[in-house]
Amino acid sequence: MADRSVQGAGIKIKNLYKIFGQRPVSYVEAVKKGMSKTELNEQHGHVLGLRDINIDMPAGCIQVVMGLSGSGKSTLIRHINRLIDPTSGEVIIDGADVCKMNQNDLREFRRHKTAMVFQKFALLPHRTVLDNTVYGLEIQGLPRDKQEAQARRWIERVGLKGFEGHYPNQLSGGMQQRVGLARALTNDAPILLMDEAFSALDPLIRMDMQSVLLDLQKEIRKTIVFITHDLDEALRLGDRIAILRDGEVVQQGTGQDIVLQPADEYISNFVKEVNRGRVIMVDTIATPAGAPATSGGVTVRTGTILEEAAKTMTDANQQYATIIDDNGKPTGVISMNNLIQAMVTPISHLTSKAAAE
Amino acid sequence: MDWFYSFPNMNDDTLRNLKKAMDEGFKAFTREYGDIIESFFQPLQYFLIEAERFMTTTPWPIMLLLIGGIAWIASRNWKIVAGTIITLLLIGYFDMWSDAMKTIAMIFVGTVVSIFVGIPIGIIMARSDSFQRVVNPILDVMQTMPSFVYLIPVVMLLGIGKVPGLIAVVIYAIPPMIRLTNLGIRLVDKDVLEAADAFGSSSWQRLKNVQIPLALPTIMAGINQTIMMALAMVVIASMIGVQGLGQPVLRSVNGQFFSLGLFNGLAIVGIAIIFDRVSQAYGKRLQKHQEVVHG
Repeated sequence: MADRSVQGAGIKIKNLYKIFGQRPVSYVEAVKKGMSKTELNEQHGHVLGLRDINIDMPAGCIQVVMGLSGSGKSTLIRHINRLIDPTSGEVIIDGADVCKMNQNDLREFRRHKTAMVFQKFALLPHRTVLDNTVYGLEIQGLPRDKQEAQARRWIERVGLKGFEGHYPNQLSGGMQQRVGLARALTNDAPILLMDEAFSALDPLIRMDMQSVLLDLQKEIRKTIVFITHDLDEALRLGDRIAILRDGEVVQQGTGQDIVLQPADEYISNFVKEVNRGRVIMVDTIATPAGAPATSGGVTVRTGTILEEAAKTMTDANQQYATIIDDNGKPTGVISMNNLIQAMVTPISHLTSKAAAE
Repeated sequence: MDWFYSFPNMNDDTLRNLKKAMDEGFKAFTREYGDIIESFFQPLQYFLIEAERFMTTTPWPIMLLLIGGIAWIASRNWKIVAGTIITLLLIGYFDMWSDAMKTIAMIFVGTVVSIFVGIPIGIIMARSDSFQRVVNPILDVMQTMPSFVYLIPVVMLLGIGKVPGLIAVVIYAIPPMIRLTNLGIRLVDKDVLEAADAFGSSSWQRLKNVQIPLALPTIMAGINQTIMMALAMVVIASMIGVQGLGQPVLRSVNGQFFSLGLFNGLAIVGIAIIFDRVSQAYGKRLQKHQEVVHG
C-alpha cells in the first residue's frame, strides 16, 4: 500500500493573529504595526496569543509545531478546526477559509475534514472503547453496523483488539491514547490534528506510540498536524517542523534544517541536546564523488542518517563510503572523520553553521 | 430622640392599606384566574389519583415484590433489598400500610414532577449565566421561605386537596434538583466537551452524549435530595389535605397521642431511609466508570 495516493488536504495558514481579551479587534492594527506582547499586556490588558503566523502545510505530510508551554502551539492547532476563533487572518483548507464558515458549515467541516487527538485523551468515561471509537461516525449519522465495522478495524490496527468492551478507566494511559487515536482515525478525515497527543505518556510508551503513528502514516498518508514541546519527538515525526515562541514562528523547515542551521540562540539551545546522528543525512556532509578508490566499495543510499551510515561503515571496517542515489549512481563520498565531526554537537551556534557548509 | 428608641416605621394606615390592597389584588386574581389555573393542573391531579389508586389497590404482597424488585434493579445489593422489605413489613404490621402507600404515591409523583421540571431548568441554567443569575435568588427564596407562607396563596388559588399539597411539595423539593443539574453540567470536563466539539457535535448531541451522561451522578444526587425534601414536606402538606402518614402525625399533635405520632414518624423515617439508600446505591453504580482505577 506504499504507493497509495495522498489522502490529506493541504492547510494554508495566512497572517493569523490571535489576541485574547475583552476587545481584541481594536488592538490588531497596533500589533500588526509592531506592538510587543509585553506592551499589549501591560498597557491594554490583552494577551497576544499568535502573531502573524504563516505556515503552508503540504497534503499528506506530518507537520510538527513545536514550542514550550505558553508559546501558542495549542492555540494554533485549535485555529485549524476553529475551536478558537482567530482575531484576524485566514486558514485555508481545500480552498475554503475555515475562519469564514458559518456554524453549520463549520460543523460539517469538523465532521468530515478533521479529527483530533488530545493530550488528556478526552474519552467519554461512560462509553466502552468501541462506543468511544464510533463517536465521530455516530455524530455524522452513519448506520450503526458501518460505524462498528470501521471502528473495529482501527481498534485492531492500533493494537487494542479484545479491549472493545472495556471502559477507559480500565485502561492504562498508553492504551487510552490508542483509543483516542482509533477514534480519530475511524472518522477517516483527511486532516488529523494531534495536540500534544503523546506528552502525557511515559517515555517508552511515547516512543512506541510514535512508531505506531509513523507506521500508520505510511498507509493513510493524511495531513497530520502534530503539536509537541519535545524536539526529539518533533524530529522523529516531522516531515516539516515549525518552531513557535511567544506566539511567533521563529523557524520552519525540515528537521535537518533546524538542527544544522538554528535560526537563533533560542533554537540552538534546544538543538544542543539532540542526537544529531539520527537527524542529519549523509548528503549534507558529502564531498563530491571523486576518489572512488578510497571508498573501498561500501555504499550508502542517499537520505541515510549519519548513525546508520556509521554503522554500515564500521561493520565493513571502512573509513570511506560512497553515497548512491536511487538509481545506484554515486553522488558523493563521506569519510568517517566527517561523519564523527558532524555527529558531535558543536560548541556554539556558529560552529554548527560552519558544519553545515 | 423618640426616633432613636423606636424604629420610625411606616404610617399604620399606609401599611394597612398596602396589605389590604395586596390581599384584594390577589383575591381578585384568584377569582379571575383560579379556574384556569385549576384546569391547568388537572392532568397532575389525574396522575396523582391514578398513582395513589395503583399503590393502594394493588394487593400488598405484589406491592412488596414490586418495591423490592425496584430496589434490587437500582442497587444490586441484597442488604438494601432486605432492609427495604423488612421496613415495609413492619410498616404493614403496625397498620400503616395504606397510609404509607399514599405517602409513597405522593412522593413518587412529586419527585417525577420535580425531575421533569427541574432538569430542563437546570440545563438552561448551565447554558446561560444570565438565566442562572435570575434563577438562583428565586431558588434561595423557595428554600428559605417558611413553607406555611407559600401554602397560603396555593390554598387560595386551588383550595384544599391533593394538588395544592403536591405543588407545595414540589416548590419545597425542586431546588436541589435544579441546582445539582446545573452544577453537574457545569462541572463536566472541559477537555471532553472540546473533543465533542472537535468531532462536530451539534449542541443537542453534545448535551445528549456528553453533558447529561457525565453529569448524571450529580443529577442523581439531586434526585436523592429532592426525595428527602419531599418526604420532609409530608406532614406540612397534610395540613392542606394531603393524605398519608402525615395525617395521623397531625392528629397526634392536636390530640397529644404520643405513640400514634411516634409510629407514623418512624414510618416516614423508614421510607426515607429506603429511598435514600436505593437512590444513592443507584447513583454510585452510575459513577462506576468515572472513577480512576488506573493511576
